[in-house]
Amino acid sequence: MSTATIDLHEAPAESSTNYLNATYGMKSWLLTLDHKRIGMLYLGTITLMFLVGGIAAVLMRLNLLEPQGALVEPDTYNKLFSIHGILMVFFFLVPSIPATLGNFLIPLMIGARDVAFPRLNLMSWYVFITGCAFVLYAVMAGGVDTGWTFYPPFSSSYSHSHVVAAALGIFIAGFSSILTGLNFIVTIHKMRAPGMTWFRLPLFIWAMYATSLIFVLGTPVIAVTLLLLGAERLLHVGIFDPAIGGDPLLFQHLFWFYSHPAVYIMILPGMGVISELITAFSRKKIFGYSFVAFSSLAIAIISFVVWGHHMFVTGQSIYAGLVFSVLSFVVAIPSAVKVFNWTATLYKGSISYEAPMLYALGFIGLFTMGGLTGLFLASLATDIHLNSTYFIVAHFHYVMVGGAVMAFLGGIHYWWPKITGRMYPDLWARFAAFVIFIGFNLTFFPQFMLGYLGMPRRYGIYPEEFQVLNVMSSAGASILAVGYVIPLVYFFWSWNYGPPAGPNPWGATGLEWETASPPPTENFEHTPIVTEEPYNYPTAEVASE
Amino acid sequence: MADHDAHGEHVQHTEHVVPISTYVGVFLVLLVGTALTTGVAYIDLGRWNTVVALIIAVTKMLFVVLFFMHVKYNPGLTRIVIVGAFFWLGIMICFSMADELTRSWEYNPLPWNSSIILPYIQHFLF
Amino acid sequence: MSETALHHANPTGFAHQFEDLEQQHEAGRLGMWIFLATEILFFGGMFTAYTIYRALHLPAFVIGSHLLEVQFGATNTVVLICSSLTMALAIRAAQTGKEKSTIIMWLVLTMILGATFLGLKLRFEWYHDYVEHIVPGFGFVYRPEWGSLAPSVQMFMCFYFFMTGLHALHMVVGLGILAVLVGMAGKGKFTSQYYVPLEISGLYWHFVDIVWIFLFPLLYLIGGRYASGGH
Repeated sequence: MSTATIDLHEAPAESSTNYLNATYGMKSWLLTLDHKRIGMLYLGTITLMFLVGGIAAVLMRLNLLEPQGALVEPDTYNKLFSIHGILMVFFFLVPSIPATLGNFLIPLMIGARDVAFPRLNLMSWYVFITGCAFVLYAVMAGGVDTGWTFYPPFSSSYSHSHVVAAALGIFIAGFSSILTGLNFIVTIHKMRAPGMTWFRLPLFIWAMYATSLIFVLGTPVIAVTLLLLGAERLLHVGIFDPAIGGDPLLFQHLFWFYSHPAVYIMILPGMGVISELITAFSRKKIFGYSFVAFSSLAIAIISFVVWGHHMFVTGQSIYAGLVFSVLSFVVAIPSAVKVFNWTATLYKGSISYEAPMLYALGFIGLFTMGGLTGLFLASLATDIHLNSTYFIVAHFHYVMVGGAVMAFLGGIHYWWPKITGRMYPDLWARFAAFVIFIGFNLTFFPQFMLGYLGMPRRYGIYPEEFQVLNVMSSAGASILAVGYVIPLVYFFWSWNYGPPAGPNPWGATGLEWETASPPPTENFEHTPIVTEEPYNYPTAEVASE
Repeated sequence: MADHDAHGEHVQHTEHVVPISTYVGVFLVLLVGTALTTGVAYIDLGRWNTVVALIIAVTKMLFVVLFFMHVKYNPGLTRIVIVGAFFWLGIMICFSMADELTRSWEYNPLPWNSSIILPYIQHFLF
Repeated sequence: MSETALHHANPTGFAHQFEDLEQQHEAGRLGMWIFLATEILFFGGMFTAYTIYRALHLPAFVIGSHLLEVQFGATNTVVLICSSLTMALAIRAAQTGKEKSTIIMWLVLTMILGATFLGLKLRFEWYHDYVEHIVPGFGFVYRPEWGSLAPSVQMFMCFYFFMTGLHALHMVVGLGILAVLVGMAGKGKFTSQYYVPLEISGLYWHFVDIVWIFLFPLLYLIGGRYASGGH
């Protein structure tokens, strides 16, 4: 049974040179080419965007305490849910695991010194924060009220909010994604260490590779779509304008061609993290490695042919709807394959319940629930009833928060000792995981019921009979908020006061655990040579080696 | 030199230098293609005008890709990237067209849906 | 620290994260091809929209297409094809170890041809269209002979300007890249061993040419140009 061992005999991290202390000063960080530092720059930025998006959510849930809206006018409520969606989707979830953990870990896991294009990597961060600046400007200048989906003709002709600024921010941030994805694909193809064949790669790498494919193939489409929308808004004429024969549904097709695969951008890296966590904390190799690896690719590919399920009730042809519905059922299969394989990995494993594992187990349960509820939405007949209700809100929060955010937190906890060389207090971490789990379910489970009973989404007011469930949801949100604050506190604490962690506090497999914590700038003293299968547990034991 | 086995993609060690005559030949082919496209537009072929124009355009593209962009001498991953990108574009166009072009199709219920069963069900519901 | 740890026989332009120049070349090439794949999808969004609207509004698109002048479209196509040839020759010059002045000559010729393309387009096509009041959003005037198809003709012109505009933007960026390459060549950075920036910029330039190869028939030649009425 593995416990987190802290080697107190090892010299504290500061006395040996690592990527954190190799050079000092703002310039050395702002002009860094080190993928690890760039990952940390991204971590700071997305945490900030998460907080702003979270504040919007807090205000929304406060408003929904009363049927007539407790806090804001409907126009303002429209801006709140739009900002919440835009920030959380484009500026937190999409870059979260890829730009932070992906950037940090991919070269380490494949035994490389850095990514293929370090300058492009740094540029992607600057592009990203430029996008953040535009969208934060839109927020502060008065917000945007079109919803994160920007449907015309409201967004192109009738909205009086800062659509162009927000769309521009997303457009710019999209290029950051493209560059990141491009970098990862080339790195994984060309820079693996000797002996690191494709089937010896950690499953996190397979997941990141699949994610990068989506980045590269999908993001350009939303970029051009938002460009066209912005042009239409500025010129007062454009290709989505019905007055000249345009079709607003065409915008939806182009928008969702990216935005559906985007949700898989959000979940695939999380699934990759879970594969790492489940194996490490059951001390057992993954069940069905190639199935899990190929399922990542399958999800990425099939995700591109299901987008019409967002448009079942918008006037899309029912024949197209039929096709999209069938394919939406198909896309659930590879996800299910992963869940079965993780469960089979747990079976007869030597399981321990450190914080990362709690997040992983929570992920499996909550993602499964979210995924299953997606099937009701994939079915044309039930979707008519459930579309645009809180059922959808609950569904995607189960997969995105109960899934992706849990995985993100689990990954941060798991690799924190590698990133910082410090351990966080495990008891507080487990406590926070519980608080998050409870807060999350209390927030979002009532929303399934609200949706089934007919409460529409994107409304700041609702009929009296829904108040009890809404109050429950808002209460849950307050607990969830507390749960998110706790890790912020102990992570900051651990930075300075946490006990030093050795190279491999979890006794896990993987090249990243075979170098110091924190790693030196060039990652490895000597290029590693890989001779073993991945997840080759039981390993030679822990940090004191 | 690095161990190529681990990198997976086996490559030629020497970069292929394309003879100038090949480049000029491709250039001439492209000019001829342009002349043809323009010329054919002045001939009435009905809707085949578009087909011919596209075939010529695709041919010109292939010449540029294979020779000017050296893909003929760089097989493997490059070709997968190109084919993949076009295939994905194809997905976007085809599925979007599947919606846009079938919106006006009439709903023709199959026999077992029509005259007896549907009214029967409706009778129970209302 | 890590840079000095890896000292190679040929340090020209060599980046330390790679094992050798060959890996660097392959990575650079693959990276540019993936970027071009993203560009295919980027332009592809507009091609998708174009395809759908053309299918639904063909007569209006024919009228719109006939507003454009074939001779400029065809001339510009030839100009770009020439520029692709000069670009390929510039790379070949570096590959075969020619003098930097040769490389610069081919690059400058490519730039001149690219600038010619933009000049022709701006002066004789776009400005002309503006004067004729067929630029959407800038005083578009419906003509009586278009009848009820007039709004869809404006739709076509939207496509014309969006697509050629995006293409022109890519040309401008291409010219910028070429200018940088001229600077690098002037400093003698390119050898027969190291010419990867030229090669990958060449890929970009050829791609922009290919986009135009498709834009020309799809925008200028809809419905043919035969005298029997156009459709």
